[in-house]
Amino acid sequence: MPVKSPPPALRRLFDEVGTVDSVGVEERVAKYGTRSIKKAAKVWGLKTAVSMVDLTTLEGKDTPAKVASLCQKGVRPHDDDAIPPVAAVCVYPSMVRHARRALGSAAKVRIASVATAFPSGQAPLKTRLAEVRAAVADGADEIDMVINRGAFLAGEFGVVQDEISAVVEACGPLTLKVILEVSELETFDNIRAASFLAMRVIRPGDFIKTSTGKTSLNATLGNNQVMLEAIRDFYLDTGVAIAMKPAGGIRTAKQALQFLTAVKETLGDAWLNNTRYRFGASALLNDLVRQLAKEKSGAYQAPFYFSESAESY
Amino acid sequence: MTRLPITKTPKPYVGGAFIRSESGRTYSLPDAAGNFFANVPQCTRKDLRNAVEAAAKAGPGWAKRTAYNRGQILYRLGEMIEARRAELIDTLVRFGAGRGAAGREVDATTDRLVYYAGWADKYEQVLGNVNPVASPHFNFTVTEPMGVVGVIAPDAPALLGLVSLFAPVIVSGNTVVAVASERTPYPAILLGEMLATSDLPGGVVNVLTGFRKELVPTFATHTHLRAVSAAVDVADRKTLRLGGAESIKRVYFSAAATERDWFDERTQSVYAIRDFLEFKTIWHPIGA
Amino acid sequence: MPTSASARKTARRGRPAPELIFGDLWAFDPAPETADPKLKPRYDLFIGGRFVAPAGGRYFDTINPANEQKLTEIALAGSVDVDAAYAAAQRAFTTTWGRMPGRERAKYLFRIARLLQDRAREFAVAETLDGGKPIKESRDFDVPMAAAHFFYHAGWADKLEYIAPGRGVAPLGVVGQVIPWNFPLLMLAWKIAPALALGNTVVLKPAETTSITCLKFAEILQDAGLPPGVVNFVTGAGEVGAAVMTHPTAAKVAFTGSTEVGKRILRSLAGTEKKLTLELGGKAANIVFDDAPLDQAVEGIVNGIFFNQGHVCCAGSRLLVHEPVAERVLAKLKNRLRVLRVGDPMDKNTDIGAINSKPQLDKIRSLVASGVKEGAEMYQPPCVLPSKGFYFRPTVFSGVSMSHRIAREEIFGPVLSILTFRTVDEAVEKANNTAYGLSAGVWTDKGSRILKLSTELKAGVVWANTYNKFDPASPFGGYKESGFGREGGRQGLLDYAKLV
Repeated sequence: MPVKSPPPALRRLFDEVGTVDSVGVEERVAKYGTRSIKKAAKVWGLKTAVSMVDLTTLEGKDTPAKVASLCQKGVRPHDDDAIPPVAAVCVYPSMVRHARRALGSAAKVRIASVATAFPSGQAPLKTRLAEVRAAVADGADEIDMVINRGAFLAGEFGVVQDEISAVVEACGPLTLKVILEVSELETFDNIRAASFLAMRVIRPGDFIKTSTGKTSLNATLGNNQVMLEAIRDFYLDTGVAIAMKPAGGIRTAKQALQFLTAVKETLGDAWLNNTRYRFGASALLNDLVRQLAKEKSGAYQAPFYFSESAESY
Repeated sequence: MTRLPITKTPKPYVGGAFIRSESGRTYSLPDAAGNFFANVPQCTRKDLRNAVEAAAKAGPGWAKRTAYNRGQILYRLGEMIEARRAELIDTLVRFGAGRGAAGREVDATTDRLVYYAGWADKYEQVLGNVNPVASPHFNFTVTEPMGVVGVIAPDAPALLGLVSLFAPVIVSGNTVVAVASERTPYPAILLGEMLATSDLPGGVVNVLTGFRKELVPTFATHTHLRAVSAAVDVADRKTLRLGGAESIKRVYFSAAATERDWFDERTQSVYAIRDFLEFKTIWHPIGA
Repeated sequence: MPTSASARKTARRGRPAPELIFGDLWAFDPAPETADPKLKPRYDLFIGGRFVAPAGGRYFDTINPANEQKLTEIALAGSVDVDAAYAAAQRAFTTTWGRMPGRERAKYLFRIARLLQDRAREFAVAETLDGGKPIKESRDFDVPMAAAHFFYHAGWADKLEYIAPGRGVAPLGVVGQVIPWNFPLLMLAWKIAPALALGNTVVLKPAETTSITCLKFAEILQDAGLPPGVVNFVTGAGEVGAAVMTHPTAAKVAFTGSTEVGKRILRSLAGTEKKLTLELGGKAANIVFDDAPLDQAVEGIVNGIFFNQGHVCCAGSRLLVHEPVAERVLAKLKNRLRVLRVGDPMDKNTDIGAINSKPQLDKIRSLVASGVKEGAEMYQPPCVLPSKGFYFRPTVFSGVSMSHRIAREEIFGPVLSILTFRTVDEAVEKANNTAYGLSAGVWTDKGSRILKLSTELKAGVVWANTYNKFDPASPFGGYKESGFGREGGRQGLLDYAKLV
């Protein structure tokens, strides 16, 4: 019997999960930018955003000392006790043990590690899984993996999903975050489709994440919206609540509040906490803290009042 | 003994067929010398209604023809008229025109059809356009025919007046229900025979004969007639406007003040086509 | 498809259906716009470049529909005043504006656009106070779009030989214009900018409930140094409008408003040779196919019917949904409605503001009551409405049939009627089954289907995979009983010209 060739895989997946109009998405998210968040709502939003930060350092020049300092900043972002600790620090696998040493075993701040040959993922699966297991062994709480974009774009969805499943298995009880690397997927259609592929093989409470922060385009309100809507549709269909992490490019408190508004208006209150939503960021934390200080004192704050500030002018 | 010629029974051309009035009424038409010429159907509002039905039925198919095809069919109508030029001239002369004037009218009629035939696949390029909107959308404006359009021809020039009014209407895909010159209806009857042999689908042009005072009120109030193009007096203009108000009908009156004006080439233009078009603007996002 | 009803049921087995919580975990504090609208305690008529008291000496109050408080008082024009306005406009046409080179007219229009931009926030606040629309919309849409119309048309004033190939154009003379209350300043711009670009002069009457921005705009005309009489404003209700429409001096009249009044105007002008543009009502169909990008379609549906409280002639008030996705679209729509913020129009976060007037609110209520009575299923999101002022919850009716009043009559409020269809032909037939023909929407991923539908839908504007988009360069106007003539673009200009 002749084998009937299947329809092109991407088209079939789009038909299954639905498509996205990019201009329409941008129009939707532009409305978040017009939300005016003042007073108590602003303070709540800023503090919640702090608690959602995965404070990240992913540099070739990272040192144990730098990671230790980052951990300290994460536990106590500012000398104001009303400001909560961040959700996690996010480091390369080689730095996990240093982070663990700095934070101790019963830390309020979790340790996330970007395994799986981050950021390209271009290593044999065996190597990538070994890296995950190493990070687990060194004391990570969460694993941020990258998907196989090449396989996705080639329509080899089985490969993409099997690899994610293998990582799920390798990381055991740890929380998994699946990085789609949206800039390499290019279109919102692809981002939505990849979100569904990932969500179908990860577990409740695992994350889908926009990007590595290592390419030209990272988290935007647009791709955040597309992924939030995918999470919403998946949740309403299956009851499985997947968490979301935009990463890269979110540098200001104002941006963070817009992203949070998107969460509030798309997924609702149940996602307004750090088990369901995170920001992968480094500079963001200081701006959040700075704006909180401004709300408290009423005076605008110079950046050099805050530790680890990149701007010292 | 001389042979008695047989005469033609004048029948209006409606829905691709030659009809009598449903009322059975006719009126006697004398020629210019005052001799009996024929009995002409005195069409009623019901005939008008039937003609609108025929025009509405023919509309979608006509509008869907390619512009190229509509242009060829209008040109074909010109060919039909040219071929029966002598007969038309004789007829116009019989109803009072000088032979020279009659020839000029028939020629002007043919030329007018050829003029509008040529517009069929061009007016869209002149009237429509792409609009540079300040947002990521592709935005363009195109034209569409309105639907069934009423035409009320002037008394004179009976042939040129009628054709000048309906040609710019049908070229874009509208269909027409016309009433011929009341004083000189016979050229329109002959024209019906040419319409029938011109490849123009039945129902695209329907030509009634009868009295304006009986038909104008129905032209005004029939809501299926989306527009009216009329060469009428002040009183009829008011009737058409008043009656047309209820269905927001587009009502246009011929600018020709004298019989001579109809021959003026300035009366023919793409703007006569434009009057019976709707503009439609379409937006679509530009994205990946 | 994992999203089909049966798949959902399997997934839910033994568990309550998953729901989203749109509660007050993160409630937004009030964010009132505080800019000063700079209102005068009383506004006179604007005739011949000056503010003049009405001959009859009478004024009427204009209130804020958000709290029913008086904002200011507006002159009530009588026929003497309308005569004076036309006389001033005629004088300006023959002595200054009608003879001015296009490039000079252009500069006045550019200057007006700039002055309006300068005072944009002040005008936005005034518009919102007077009309009840959310400040977000008056700030981000009405006022900038009004300025854009002057910019666009300014550039045409010295290029008119390009609007009618093969012919020259000339101004008509004095133009009478009557505009509605839903987009007071923007409709003024739509009307005045093309009229002036062509060299016409204007007598305009704003709606009686929303005259403020029109009269503030008169201040801009003074600041711009526009020659006296080029633009004149007379204020009042329907009788003043009738006087403007039927005045013998008017070479052309243009009206935007209800189809009912449009018909009355047509009748009153029968027997005259006045040119006419009518932009009337609508009952637009917004058609969603199963392959549409559904979340963007839902956003388009929301923009389509809840923009400006649904006080939009081209509002997408009839949603036609492809049966396979009807349930899904309704569910998404309900979730979207739950995060719309209804309330104080001056709050920067308000999505749906106040209904423009008590009579309009009564009309909406009565049509909604008829929908309930005729058996359609109503959904309104839970939201607290302010105790004072005219408000109405966003409302969605499902299970509507074409015979229901809510599917046929223009409601002009935040009320959506949902119908379903199975085939393309059925969608087109239902969409066109109306005396109106202003606008339509189509949502589908299939390009050829968009082109087919945009050809077959009898409407002057077709939004494909978008809705309620406007631009000065884009002609707007209707088929059938939605009026005739176009506003905007090259086509709109020709309606203010005569061919020579």
